[in-house]
Amino acid sequence: MLRFDHVSLTYGSQQILNNISFEIQEGQFAVFIGPSGCGKTTTLKMVNRLIQPDSGHIYLNGQDIAGVDRYELRRHTGYVIQQIGLFPNMTVAQNICVVPKLLKWPKEQCDQIVRDLLDMVELPYDQYAHKYPGEMSGGQQQRIGILRALAASPPVVLMDEPFSALDPMTRRSLQLEVKTLQQKLNKTIIFVTHDMEEALDLADVIIFMNQGEIVQIAPPEEMLENPATDQIREFLGRHQSGPDPAGLTVDQFMRTGIITVKENRGINECVSRMQHHNVDTLLVVDEQRRYQGTVSIADIRLTGHVVKTIAPLVRCTTPAVHIGDNAKECFEQLISSGFPYLVVLKEDETVAGIVTKTSMASAMAEQLWG
Amino acid sequence: MNELLLSILRASVIHTGYTLVCVSIGFVIGVTLGVGLSRLPTLSQYLIPLLSILNTVPGIVFIGMLVILIGMTPATVIIALSIYAMFPVLKNTVTGLNGVDQQYKEAARGCGMNHYQRLRQVELPLAMPTIIGGLRLSTVYTVSWAVLAAMIGQGGLGDFVYKGVSSNNNALILQGAVPAAILALALGGLVDLLQKRVVPQGLRKGGAGK
Repeated sequence: MLRFDHVSLTYGSQQILNNISFEIQEGQFAVFIGPSGCGKTTTLKMVNRLIQPDSGHIYLNGQDIAGVDRYELRRHTGYVIQQIGLFPNMTVAQNICVVPKLLKWPKEQCDQIVRDLLDMVELPYDQYAHKYPGEMSGGQQQRIGILRALAASPPVVLMDEPFSALDPMTRRSLQLEVKTLQQKLNKTIIFVTHDMEEALDLADVIIFMNQGEIVQIAPPEEMLENPATDQIREFLGRHQSGPDPAGLTVDQFMRTGIITVKENRGINECVSRMQHHNVDTLLVVDEQRRYQGTVSIADIRLTGHVVKTIAPLVRCTTPAVHIGDNAKECFEQLISSGFPYLVVLKEDETVAGIVTKTSMASAMAEQLWG
Repeated sequence: MNELLLSILRASVIHTGYTLVCVSIGFVIGVTLGVGLSRLPTLSQYLIPLLSILNTVPGIVFIGMLVILIGMTPATVIIALSIYAMFPVLKNTVTGLNGVDQQYKEAARGCGMNHYQRLRQVELPLAMPTIIGGLRLSTVYTVSWAVLAAMIGQGGLGDFVYKGVSSNNNALILQGAVPAAILALALGGLVDLLQKRVVPQGLRKGGAGK
């Protein structure tokens, strides 16, 4: 799809790119990352000939782009920049249609493109199409910036740190949107960032550059596992591996404040307690508050009318573990047991809390992303 | 009394004529040169200071020189005033175009616009507020400079001023000065109206662009 063949560039005595060769497959999300001045943006801008190489060749779909008219090339290559660069003198609709209009597509088709694209990012046409960029938030503007790049359905879209000027919340949602759009439309995306988290989230392949050379090309998982140099390891930083998961215990992830009921209490009290706390199961304890089992609303409904207290309905099948038990083993037990939760007990057999699949998921997320 | 009003009116019409013709010529040349110079940064680096020096040559001196060259004709007035009217427009065009934020130029290039399309669709619209600012300045100046036309016997409101100065008649000076001031205000207002029409809507509110 896109191939750099021994590309070099020098400004004065400074070597910007040193004999770069790589290939990006169709439909791939390729992310360039590296310290500032490593040549990643320069590499990106060579794809639409905003910068010309001194030597070497760049092939797009097998065609040497040096032989393509540069205006034509740019019209068929999407381009999104950090500063957004929506033209403030044009409405949202006009901005989106800049490239289709340069390509002299008929007006009806341009209108349809605006409608389809706004629809895709869930910005209502009637509300946004005739707004000016100055009337919109940064996040909305960059959404339009991306739509402008997609308007003429180019096979390749270049993105130069498109989200680094946005606040973290907006950045996150735009990252997700871009990834979805890329997969839906099957675009090849060349993306430059200095944010390793962004790279790991979005990339099919990460290309790490330093001082005008490519240091490593690898999918995110492989780069995490085998960083080629210490510098890459440093960039991966906390994403690589957190504290040793083997040392984590189950009580670090349990939910506390669990509703209990004593086994000699009546059915009615038990039901009203369930209603009050909006749960369908209570943990049953004895007079010394030691764990006895669980009672569920289903059992009460089935046989509640023939018994007075809940004692006969108590089931003690839910697995119980103890504070201080290894978290990983407890999670495995939770999954293999098929129960929705585990009961965590203190040393004196009283209830400390429960571990649900949700607490497990958030614990794993914390380990992965910090 | 009627006679007086009529003569003021006639002088005002000539004065307005000079102003409109010269500002129009000056505007067209100013914008054209300004666009050219903004494309040639090295040349404009030397040429703009040079033009600024030329700009400081007093109008009287310049008209005097032109009289020696072409004589006391309306053409002399028009050439001189057009050149003076050009300066503010030229300077503001260059300033306005150079002041267009890099992000818009970069985006325009990235979209695949050629030089002309970038100028026409992005840079000129964004520079328009500054360019019109130059036009306004040039209009107001030209109204006052057009007084010089009388110096070489080409009429306008300057007639009253010169006659008044030479005969020490303040009333006569005011006959020229007051209509000239009103004219300057009125034409300035006209440019403001024009500004509303030609400055892109997106630049008016919010002030997103520069």
